[in-house]
Amino acid sequence: MENLLFLIYAIAACGGAVGVALSQNVVRMAFWLVISLASVSGLFFMLGADFVGATQLLIYVGGTVVLLIFGVMLTTTGPYLAIKTNPAEMIQASVVGVAFLGVVLSTVTAVDWSGNRATLEHAGLVSRPGSYYQQGEGNTSRQIGTALLGVRFDQMEQGAAASDEAAHGHHHDGHTHADHAHGNHAHGAADHHHETISASPRVGSGYLLPFEIVSVHLLVVLIGASYLARAKRRVEQAA
Amino acid sequence: MLLAASSIADMLSTQTTSGWLPVFVAAVVHVALVGAFFGLPAGIFIWAERKISGRIQDRLGPTRVGGRFGWLQSLADGVKLLQKEDLIPAQADAFLFRVSPYIVVVAAFMAFMFLPFSSGLVAVAMDIGLFVALAVLSLEVLGVVLAGYSSGSKWSLFGGMREAAQMVSYEVPLGLTAVIPVVLAGSMNLTDIGNMQAGWASNWFIFHDPFSFLAFFVFFTATLASNKRAPFDLAEAESELVAGFLTEYSGFRWSLFFLAEYAAMFFVSGLATILFLGGWWTGFAPLDNWLASLASSCWQGDYIVRVIGMKVFLTKSAILVCVQIWIRWTLPRLRIDQVMTTCLKYLVPIACFLFIGVVVYPLVLLTVLGRTTLLPGTGPFAEPIGERVPVPVVRQPIETASAVVDGPAAVTTEEH
Repeated sequence: MENLLFLIYAIAACGGAVGVALSQNVVRMAFWLVISLASVSGLFFMLGADFVGATQLLIYVGGTVVLLIFGVMLTTTGPYLAIKTNPAEMIQASVVGVAFLGVVLSTVTAVDWSGNRATLEHAGLVSRPGSYYQQGEGNTSRQIGTALLGVRFDQMEQGAAASDEAAHGHHHDGHTHADHAHGNHAHGAADHHHETISASPRVGSGYLLPFEIVSVHLLVVLIGASYLARAKRRVEQAA
Repeated sequence: MLLAASSIADMLSTQTTSGWLPVFVAAVVHVALVGAFFGLPAGIFIWAERKISGRIQDRLGPTRVGGRFGWLQSLADGVKLLQKEDLIPAQADAFLFRVSPYIVVVAAFMAFMFLPFSSGLVAVAMDIGLFVALAVLSLEVLGVVLAGYSSGSKWSLFGGMREAAQMVSYEVPLGLTAVIPVVLAGSMNLTDIGNMQAGWASNWFIFHDPFSFLAFFVFFTATLASNKRAPFDLAEAESELVAGFLTEYSGFRWSLFFLAEYAAMFFVSGLATILFLGGWWTGFAPLDNWLASLASSCWQGDYIVRVIGMKVFLTKSAILVCVQIWIRWTLPRLRIDQVMTTCLKYLVPIACFLFIGVVVYPLVLLTVLGRTTLLPGTGPFAEPIGERVPVPVVRQPIETASAVVDGPAAVTTEEH
């Protein structure tokens, strides 16, 4: 079943990518891009990375709409302008493409997949087929959020008794991932009492500062771009 | 029936040794149920729209089909639409023209997979349910834009472009106000958000504080715009754009757009119900307590309580859909520049202000009053968020079921 679903998503992702390369109409390209990106998000969901999958849908697939608008409004003059590539460009592009394919293939074959699996199993991060529970699938968003703040539930330090800090809802919810009895989150502290915790998360510096730096950087780029675009228009008006 | 679907994979996996069959059967049952919830309300609300709009305009609306009240009017319309010729204009990009109605329907349908109809009655329960539901719903616009572009008509292109501009703008206040219940609940899991609002109606997030009260109305306005409902239906705007992106469509493909629109109306109403209006809880604490105790008594009780919760949820959502219909037939359509002004100059700053207000409000109250709620210190109305009536025990997978049953769902005490 999983293999079948994987096959469907993989074919859709690759077929969409090929469609982007082969179609000559901007809007059709955007459509194939949507198919490809949405299939990649489906692959993320299959891997249990629900937050990444949803982000992929929201940002990439949703962002493609904006791309589509700009593609239509800015690049084309007529409704169905075809983008034609001349043979020299085809050759250049295929050389680059084949070279990149070689890099990807050599990376895939070089990675020790079974070794990675052992590492993941050690961290308790391998999803098991029977471990579906109804109240929440994936359960990655809290861990991403707490890791952003510096609390790593995937890197447990053994021995420390952290059960006294029942006030922190995060604390408990992180532990549900570590495969204790999966209770309703709303039970919170109620479960907490009959659950012995022998490990505490590693507390580090987190990623909040880099995240903020990057987001402020993007904001600056955005404002700068809009300023440049506006300045150009003003000059045109003056002329 | 719904309960059976929720655990059907677990049940079947004890019966058979095949690995994929139980999952497959469960998936089919889920899809059939979600499909029923996707299609039936749409048909009912199309009829309701015709009746309510008729009454608002001092008409009767449909009266004959199906005996009284014209209640089979939607079915008759559907049959009529299926018989119509499936036209594709010569100017159109035929492939995209054919495909775009399906994008709209698939997006609206996928959104329903993440919508819990009662505690535990959800096709795909996710910790990021709200996030992914909004992400999927926003894909619906893609189909509208493609439909507008591929029709090969200027009216359609205008409609599609307007819809795109409107959607990109209204996503911002929609997202900002949808985050407010997330801040209050500390979870993006829609089931958790719903269950936290059990008890008196003062526990509903709309009544949590003045900021969340206003946030509900901003959210509702933004959902109207994202569903391209009047007064924000600039994508159709039949007074200026013939029928906007729908101009060239006929028959079945046209009806797919409408099915998706009414389904999305119901979806955002359900989302507003879960986020702000107490979800599947009645808002009357003794009744909620009784329901929760019934749910924890036996599994039949659990099932009955879920179905009652679903009825409550559907009732609340249907009321919100009727409000949407009422607004459509009351307010005139805005101009496109007014639509953008409403969003960018008013709703976005208001939403930002409300978001900051919701975050700061408990801290200010804690500093001034020493508690995080304005309600009097004791009594039934004073239960702060998180200190709630019992929540029904959620059926667990078979491996862990015994581990959870011995921890009875006492009063949940997730204290601040």
